[in-house]
Amino acid sequence: MTLLYSDVEEELRAAVRGLLADRCPPAAVLKRVESEPYDLDLWKTLAGEIGVAGLLIPEELGGAGASASEAAVVLEELGRAVAPVPFLTSAVLATYALLPTRDTLLGELAEGRRMAALAVSFAASPYRPELGASLSVDGEGRISGEVTGVAGADVADVLLAPVNGDLYAVEVPTAGGIAVEVVPSLDLTRPVATVTLDRASARRLGACDLAEVLRAGAALLASEQLGVAEWCLGTTLAHVKERHQFARPIGSFQALKHRLADLWLDVVRARAAARSAAADPSAVSVAVAQSWNAGVAVHAAEEAVQLHGGIGMTWEHPVHLFLKRAKAGEIALGTPGDHREALASLVDVRGPE
Amino acid sequence: MNEAEIKERVAAFLGEHDPGGDRLEFLRARFDAGLAWVWFPEGLGGLGAPRELQQVVERELAHTPQINGGLQGIGLGMAAPTILAFGTEEQKRRFLRPLWTGEEIWCQLFSEPGAGSDLATLATRAVRDGDEWVIDGQKVWTSGAHHSRWAILVTRTDPDVPKHRGMTYFVCDMHAPGVEVRPLRQITGEAEFNEVFLTGVRLPDDLRLGEVGDGWRVAQTTLMNERVAIGGAPARRGGGMVASVVEAWREHPELRSHDLHQRLLSLWVEAEVTRLSGARLREQLAAGQPGPEGSGMKLSFARLNQALTGFDVEFRRDLGYDDWTFRRSENVDFYGRGPGYRYLRAKGNSIEGGTSEILRNIIAERVLGLPSEPRVDKDVPWKDLPR
Repeated sequence: MTLLYSDVEEELRAAVRGLLADRCPPAAVLKRVESEPYDLDLWKTLAGEIGVAGLLIPEELGGAGASASEAAVVLEELGRAVAPVPFLTSAVLATYALLPTRDTLLGELAEGRRMAALAVSFAASPYRPELGASLSVDGEGRISGEVTGVAGADVADVLLAPVNGDLYAVEVPTAGGIAVEVVPSLDLTRPVATVTLDRASARRLGACDLAEVLRAGAALLASEQLGVAEWCLGTTLAHVKERHQFARPIGSFQALKHRLADLWLDVVRARAAARSAAADPSAVSVAVAQSWNAGVAVHAAEEAVQLHGGIGMTWEHPVHLFLKRAKAGEIALGTPGDHREALASLVDVRGPE
Repeated sequence: MNEAEIKERVAAFLGEHDPGGDRLEFLRARFDAGLAWVWFPEGLGGLGAPRELQQVVERELAHTPQINGGLQGIGLGMAAPTILAFGTEEQKRRFLRPLWTGEEIWCQLFSEPGAGSDLATLATRAVRDGDEWVIDGQKVWTSGAHHSRWAILVTRTDPDVPKHRGMTYFVCDMHAPGVEVRPLRQITGEAEFNEVFLTGVRLPDDLRLGEVGDGWRVAQTTLMNERVAIGGAPARRGGGMVASVVEAWREHPELRSHDLHQRLLSLWVEAEVTRLSGARLREQLAAGQPGPEGSGMKLSFARLNQALTGFDVEFRRDLGYDDWTFRRSENVDFYGRGPGYRYLRAKGNSIEGGTSEILRNIIAERVLGLPSEPRVDKDVPWKDLPR
């Protein structure tokens, strides 16, 4: 197992970063978040030209047959740009749920022709996979119930509903009895929706170990969080080198330098944790990466807001997009505390009896 | 040279030298075979091989007599790389072999009562007298001075130029007349370190390391190596300091509380990500792409060690202390002593080898490219500095 980046991963990173620099600068994201947050043209290019949508899908099912470490590098870059594209929701979470079924839907996702979303709350975790969901299936195979906090549902062509250990596909426009209502969301660049199903017709795809799917997703979310933290640190460094008060750059004051050195050290360790979870998505590695990286992303974004001073509080400056992504990401797929609690039994450091 | 060739060398060496025989003879032979530090040049204990092959040698020779990494720490980690970088051929041949075998122990005469974080302001004078230098001054925090044969020493040779320019670096003979070592008792009760008084100490010019006036640059080499040496990471998940705390935790369920549990899990995670960071750094070094991450390792470990040892005392509700006796210690024995000792000794981790505050400045300026604080002392001759 290596914690370094391979040459292939660096090439992939360069391609994604180049495209995002061109098509998805923070100002462009800011401009669209209140009207139409998802940039589906950008997604088409990412999926069609760079091929990110099929990274985790084996070649014989129409994908690129890449590893989680490559998907992780894409997530670092998407996090660094708070890119409003359904990579994590469709190409990671929904894809991980579909992989054991080997359904032909995988090929369609890989091509970027269709998008899927897991009808599971983004706040659910490997330890509480059913959180926020009340779905049931009737004798005719129709699904009813509600799921709150679903990420990526508003752009999905197909919803994947795990019910009682089975995975069902619900075709969004055609099935009927489906309501996807986007709610005002803390994370403007990845809004969540309430999904309500009323005897919606569904196709059973096969078994689904939801906890494992969420764990695999959480492993990669750590890389997105690393990307968010890196943007915040880099942007803040640029600001404190530029901004003068008391006739000197504010970045020359030790009070700020020491804070930024500590933050850098946290980010360095977040990179090691993200690489470890991508290369070895075992329960311990994932819990470690999530309990560290989620907090580092939030801390980096909070420091960025504070060290930008008044401008950091304005809507005009994009740093709030990163703060919102970081804070929502802290809850996604288990809070840091949930993951630490899980470690108690995973590494045998048990609580009071 | 590759792994297979190194293994062959080791096998050939073991064929000729019995590890069960005389310890010192074996270590000397190991040095002469180039298996002491393989990345050093041939003839100086090495083979000019890539540094990562050293771990192969260590594995292959794990069952043979070993050097004392604690007692020899300053020699191995600081004096040796500096001698290698700046020493004359004669100095390298004279000093490196007994340094490595442990026949000669080394200490470090850097800090002074008036020069700690601002080391470059140091005042110990070296005045040339023919082929000799006469040294006068006082050094402090000198670990192991009481059993050292040699020291690395930084002195002021030109007070008329700004502080960074007027220094010269020497090897100091600790047996020379005028060298007086007095133990300094630490908060742990024992004395690892000392004050060293240098009064009219005469050193021949061939003990000078580097050019006259170039002492700061030579000292930088020493200090960078010190920080890497101090920041070594455990290789195993759950290893190092966290292991001893977790062991106590498992043994004493009756002492657990919810608050302590939350804090221990947080520390466990921090220890693990720090370990992973160290593992990643080692991979980078082995791949020949050293990253700036190294400068952060000592900072991380200082914080972690202090938090974990403080936690340990609190968890055990330990109001006692194992031994306050004022005695000279051979080296730092974290695990052989009680939790109170570990807690107190770990306080030094954020002071020794560059305080955590200075390390944060170094990271901020050299890694993050932040501007330095305005300096009032940079262009002022050393003798005119306000004190």
